Amino acid sequence: MPGLGVSFGRGAATTFSRDVANSDCITIMGSNMAECHPVAFRWVMKAKEKGAKLIHVDPRFTRTSAVADIHAPIRAGSDIVFLGGLINYVIQNEKYFKDYVVSYTNAATIITDQFKDTEDLDGVFSGYDQQARTYANQTWQYAREQPATPFGFDEAMKASNFTELVTKLKPPPARRDPTLQDPRSVFQLLKRHYARYTPEMVERITGCPKETFLKVAETITANSGPERTATMAYAVAWTQHTIGVQIIRAAGILQQLLGNIGRPGGGILALRGHATIQGSTDNPTLYHSITGYMSHPDTRRRHESLKAYLATETVPTAFLSNQPKWVVSYLKALYGDAATAANDYGYDWHPKIVGDHSHMAMMDAAYKGTVKGMFVMGQNPATSLNASLQRKALGKLEWLVVRDFFETETASFWYASPEVKSGELKTADIKTEVFFLPAAHVAEMEGSFTNTHRLLQWHEKGADPPGDGRSDIWFTYWLGTRLKNLYANSTNPRDQGIKALVWNYEPDQQRNAEFRIKDEPDALKILKEINGYNIADGSHLKAFADIKDDGSTVCGNWIYTGCFPAPDQNLTASRKPDDYVSLGWGFNWPANRHIMYNRASARPDGQPWSERKKYVWWDGQKWTGLDVPDFVPTKAPDTPSKPDGIGLDAQSGTDPFIMKADGKGWLFAPSGLLDGPLPTHYEPVESPVQNLLYKQQASPVYKHWDSDINKLAQVGDPNFPYVITTYRLTEHHLSGTMSRWLPWLAELQPELFIEMSPELAREKGVANLDFVKISSPRATIRAKALVTPRIRPFTIDGKTVHLVGMPWHWGYQGLVTGDVVNNMSALIADPNVSMHEGKAFVCNVEKA
Amino acid sequence: MAVSRRQFLKVTGVTTAGTAMGALAALGADLGPKVARAQELRIRNAKVYPTVCPYCAVGCGMLTHVVDGRIVNIEGNPESPVNQGNLCPKGAASYQLAVNPNRISQVLYRAPGATAWEPKPLDWAMDRIAELFKKTRDETLVEKTQDGKLVNHTLGIFSLGGATMDNEWNYSHSKLMRSMGVVAIENQARI
Repeated sequence: MPGLGVSFGRGAATTFSRDVANSDCITIMGSNMAECHPVAFRWVMKAKEKGAKLIHVDPRFTRTSAVADIHAPIRAGSDIVFLGGLINYVIQNEKYFKDYVVSYTNAATIITDQFKDTEDLDGVFSGYDQQARTYANQTWQYAREQPATPFGFDEAMKASNFTELVTKLKPPPARRDPTLQDPRSVFQLLKRHYARYTPEMVERITGCPKETFLKVAETITANSGPERTATMAYAVAWTQHTIGVQIIRAAGILQQLLGNIGRPGGGILALRGHATIQGSTDNPTLYHSITGYMSHPDTRRRHESLKAYLATETVPTAFLSNQPKWVVSYLKALYGDAATAANDYGYDWHPKIVGDHSHMAMMDAAYKGTVKGMFVMGQNPATSLNASLQRKALGKLEWLVVRDFFETETASFWYASPEVKSGELKTADIKTEVFFLPAAHVAEMEGSFTNTHRLLQWHEKGADPPGDGRSDIWFTYWLGTRLKNLYANSTNPRDQGIKALVWNYEPDQQRNAEFRIKDEPDALKILKEINGYNIADGSHLKAFADIKDDGSTVCGNWIYTGCFPAPDQNLTASRKPDDYVSLGWGFNWPANRHIMYNRASARPDGQPWSERKKYVWWDGQKWTGLDVPDFVPTKAPDTPSKPDGIGLDAQSGTDPFIMKADGKGWLFAPSGLLDGPLPTHYEPVESPVQNLLYKQQASPVYKHWDSDINKLAQVGDPNFPYVITTYRLTEHHLSGTMSRWLPWLAELQPELFIEMSPELAREKGVANLDFVKISSPRATIRAKALVTPRIRPFTIDGKTVHLVGMPWHWGYQGLVTGDVVNNMSALIADPNVSMHEGKAFVCNVEKA
Repeated sequence: MAVSRRQFLKVTGVTTAGTAMGALAALGADLGPKVARAQELRIRNAKVYPTVCPYCAVGCGMLTHVVDGRIVNIEGNPESPVNQGNLCPKGAASYQLAVNPNRISQVLYRAPGATAWEPKPLDWAMDRIAELFKKTRDETLVEKTQDGKLVNHTLGIFSLGGATMDNEWNYSHSKLMRSMGVVAIENQARI
C-alpha cells in the first residue's frame, strides 16, 4: 500500500480497529464497512453511541449509509475530486491544524524551481515522457543547501563498509520556510494544486450536491484539532482504480492537514479483505518486494551487486538507514552458512526481476503462451479480471497445481468453463496437466495470520484435515525437500540457490503426537527464522537493535522481529486482553506499536495536545503512555538533529515519521510514486464523461495489457453508456469458494443480481426480478435485476449518468452458481502497484 | 404444532438471533433447561483450541471445539479484544467450511487432454509436481539478460495465492520459489 507508505513511512493501516471507538468523526469512503467488515464496524457504532459523527461517501446507499449521519453519494471513480475538494476547503478556510502541519509534515519544505504542476501543464507534472508514458522525478525533489562534501550513489560505492556506505549517501538539509509563505513551499504548491477543486467543481464531477459536500467538510473539520480527532476507513473501493494509490494519498494529505495521524481516534484504517493479506504483503508472496517492504532486486535499478543494491535502497537519514542489517540477515536466512561476506551473502544467487511480473502481467503472458507451470493456492484466477482471458491462459499452461478445499472454477476450467460449455474450446484440446490437492482449514493447522491492522495472531491446530488434506506449509516444506534432493548432486553454479537454501523446519514429534499426520513441519521453527536469531547460540532476537550486518544473525523478516523473543514467548499466541489497546493480545508489528507515528499524539514539546486525546507523551525521562512509543524511547523532545548523524540521529526530537527521510509526513511526495507527487483527478480509463479539470483524460501512466480479447471502450462510448461498480456481500467471500459451497451461506444469498435505479429500469423497460444482459467490451453476462432507489442517477455537469452495481461472488462451481462478473472487467492497472480498475468501468444493460 | 419454514424464519427474526431454539421459544415452549443441556452436550468433553477467522482481515478470535479428533463446533472467542466473541455470518459458518460433505479429501489428477479427474496418491502427486517444477525451471531459467545482466530467474513459472494462508507459509513458500529462481510470485493484494 504505497499510498500510506509514501505518506507516512509504512504501507499499512496507521491505527487499529478498536481505536475507532475513540473517534469523534468517522468517514467511511471506498468501503461498505457495515456489510463487508461487520464485526469491526461494531467499533464505529460504539463511537456513535458516544456521540461521534458518521459519514459515508459512496455511490450506493448501503447498510453503512443507513446508520450514517451523512451519506454523500459520488460517482464511482471521482474520489480524488471529493477528497481534493476537502483539502481545498481546509486550506481556503484555514481549518488546518497549523502547529501539527508545520512541525510534523513537509508543508514547510521547499521544492526545486524546476517543478511544474498539473496546473501549469494541463494535467501532467514535469518530467513526463509522452513516448514512454513514464515520469522521471528529478524535478519533484526538495531544494537543498549546497553540499559540503559529495554524496550519493557513486560516493557510497567507494565505501569500505556498510556504515561508511550509509554515511556517504547523506544529502545536505532541505530548505524550509516555517511561515509556509514561500511560493515553492509544499504548502503553497498544495494550495495552488487544489484551488480549482471547489464545492461547485465537486458537484459537477462527482454528482454529490454541493450542500452535502459542505456538510461533510464542516463535520470533519469541526471534529479535528487538539481536542478532537477524526478517522477515515477505506477498503478496495479506493484501491481498485488506475489512480487508487493517489486516492489513498489524498486521504493521507487531508488527515495530515487536520492533524489526525498518530493520534487516538484518528488515522487511516485500511480494511483489507483476506485473513492474512497484510501478512502476505509483509512476507510478500508478491513479485516486487522481499520481506519487510524491501525492494526485490531488479535489473531496472542499480542493483547489480549487494553494495549497489544497498547504495540505491538505503535511506541514510531515517530508520531505514539500517537496511544493510536487514538485507544481510535476510540473505543469511535464505542461504545459511553458504552466505558469507566474501560472496556478498549469496546476493548473486537471488533472482532479479526485469519488469512487471504481477498477476495481470503474468496471466497476459500465459495467454500469449510464455508461462509453462503455475501454482494456485487458495486463489481463483478463473473468476478474476477479464476472466475469460485468464481461463484461456490456464489452458495454455503445461501444468497447473491447485490447492483448495473445494473444486474451484480454476481447478475445473478444463471441463466446466463457459468457453468449454459453449463449444468455443474442447476439453480434449486443453493439454494442461492439472493437479488438485486438498487443503487444510485454519482450525486444522497452526500458524499466524496478520490482520488488517498489523496484528499477528497465532491459531492452534485442533484436528487433522480429512484424508489427503494437508496444511499449506506441509505442501511447501515437502515440495522443497524433494527439490533439494533432486538438486543435491548438481555442480551447476545456477543451482547454488536451491542447494544452499536453508530448509530446516523438521516435524516436531512431540507436538504432532496427538494427531494422525506425523510429518507436519514445525511452524514454530519458521516463525523463529522470521523473527530472527543469533547464529552462534540460536538465541532469539528480541528487538530491531539485535539485527546485525556482519553475518552473525539470521532474520527472515525484520518488521516481525520481537514477535518471538524467546523460545517460550511466542507473543503472537499471547492472549491477555484489556479494554483498549491490549498490548498483551497477539503482536502488533512494528514492535507491538498499535497506533503508528504516535509521537505525533504529543505536541512538539512532548506534552499531550489535550487531556482528552492523551496517548503517548514525554515524562521528562522517556516516552510513555498507553501504547509502545513509535520513537526512540529516551530521545527528548528538544533533541536537535545531528548535522553529521545518520539514521535517527539525523532526525530531531520532533520528527514523528521515523521511516521518512526527513522525519516528516509527506503532503508532497518527491519520490516513491510513478504517477505524480500530488493526487490529481483523472477519469477512470473507461468513463462516460470527459475530465472536467484537465485536458489529460485518464492517468497518463496507467497500464494496459493489450490483446485481441482485452479491448477498451472509448471515452463516452454510446455502446457502453453506464458506469458499473462491483462489490461484496456480507454472506459471501470473494469468488465464492469459501461461501458458495456452504449451505448456510449459499442459502442466504443464492443468486447473482444487478442493482439499478428505478429511473434506469424505466428507461430500459426492466422490472424488478427481470433477467437482464450486462455487457462490456470484453463480455456479456446475465443477472437478475434488483431495481432499487438505493442507487440514484447522478447529474454530472448537467447530464444524467447512470450507475449500476454488481456483487462478484459467483461462478460455475458450488452449490449456487451464476455468471462471472469479472468476465466483463479489463486488464488495466495503476502504474505503482498494478492494481486493476474493477471499481469503475462502463457497461450496457438490456432486458434479457 | 406444525411450523412452516416461512413462519419459522419469521419468528426467528423477532427473537434471539437466528437460532432454532430462539424460534421455538418464541412459539411458547419453555426451552430453558433444554437449551442449557444442548449447549452442554455440544461441547461436552471437548478440547478447546484458539483460532482466528479465515475470512476477512478483521482477525476475529474463534474457539475450535474438538471431540475425539473431530471438530464439533467453532464459535467466537469472547476474550478477543478484536471481536469480543462476535462473528459475522461468514465467520459463524467457519464450522461448515471445515465439516462439509463437498470438501475434497483426496488428490485429483487430470492428465493432458483427459476428460475426467482420476484420484491419485498424495506422494505420487508430490513427486510428479517436484519433477515438473524442476523440468520447467531448468528449461526456462535465464542466467543473464541479453545485455549481460545477471538475473538467475525463470518467467516460465507463476505462483499465485497467499492472502488466505499463514505468515509461515508465505514466508517459506516465497523463500523456496526464489531459491528456484521463480520471481512471478503473487497473491490477492492486487485484486
